[in-house]
Amino acid sequence: MLSITDALHWVEHTPVAAFVSHSTWGFSALLSVHILAVAIVFGMIAMVDLRLIGIAAKHSAITALCREALPWTWSAFALSALTGLLLFTAQPVKYWGNDAFRMKFAILALAGLNMLVFQLITYRGVARWDRDTAVPWAGRLAGAISLASWIAIVAYGRWTAYLMI
Amino acid sequence: MIAFIQWLQSTPLSLSVRRISWLIPMMQTLHILANGLVLSAIIMIDLRVWRRSGAEPLADRVRRLLPWLWAALGVLTVTGLVLVLGTPRRTLLDPTFQVKMLIMLIAIVATLALTAVLRRVAPERVAAGRMAGIFASVAGAATLLLWLGATIAGRGRWIANVIG
Repeated sequence: MLSITDALHWVEHTPVAAFVSHSTWGFSALLSVHILAVAIVFGMIAMVDLRLIGIAAKHSAITALCREALPWTWSAFALSALTGLLLFTAQPVKYWGNDAFRMKFAILALAGLNMLVFQLITYRGVARWDRDTAVPWAGRLAGAISLASWIAIVAYGRWTAYLMI
Repeated sequence: MIAFIQWLQSTPLSLSVRRISWLIPMMQTLHILANGLVLSAIIMIDLRVWRRSGAEPLADRVRRLLPWLWAALGVLTVTGLVLVLGTPRRTLLDPTFQVKMLIMLIAIVATLALTAVLRRVAPERVAAGRMAGIFASVAGAATLLLWLGATIAGRGRWIANVIG
């Protein structure tokens, strides 16, 4: 049976991996786009989160804000996932054993779960608190968890590079 | 430039920045987060200019987002300066860093001009979708591209592997 280590070694020897790790500009270019995309994901999500927590845009409708921010958030997220995957192929074994890298993905899973709960349960009643009304505690909590998660994701992402040397 | 970098590296401030191991990654994290807020604020203003959103009057949106935009730019500047202090060779010696500074300067001027126009001169004409509206759409797109360019261009990442 194929173990994870075997799979990681296989990834390391694909032509894509060879390009990312050996070309002079491949890794840097991918990292630049990756960080740009993650920054946009964070900025867009932060706007919605700050509105939910009650810090910003108190008189704007939450539904309108979500409708505008979501396409950009998901496009940027897709771009960050694609570039992230390509960056991963450069040193799959080392990334897999990198504690900061693992934390980053554990927190990403938490952020995803938080978003699912918010979308499927809390957001159903949004009509009652869309604007000019206090957001219920579940919505505020979701905003706070999301904001903290994304700050941590960026921090652990940066920390990952320092544990690779 | 080499002499300047050597002097900068020998300053007590640069020494303390480099001595605290977590300071550089933390500054980089804050720099990325603030960068995200700047880009998102510009995107939100642009969406309104491009008439992709009818949620609130354009002038209101600009007024609401501007304090966040300038606060984030302040954080970007402070963290950026600390990073230059901590890694002067990696930043100042990188030709793309100078390109980044140039793009950033143009981006700041463009942002000032765009937001001033949107706040005072043209809101109703922009809303009416006449020439002013077309001009604002193009200027909004150009401003966003400039900020994207400034983000991509710099931070010494392009030749970080060469001079560490």
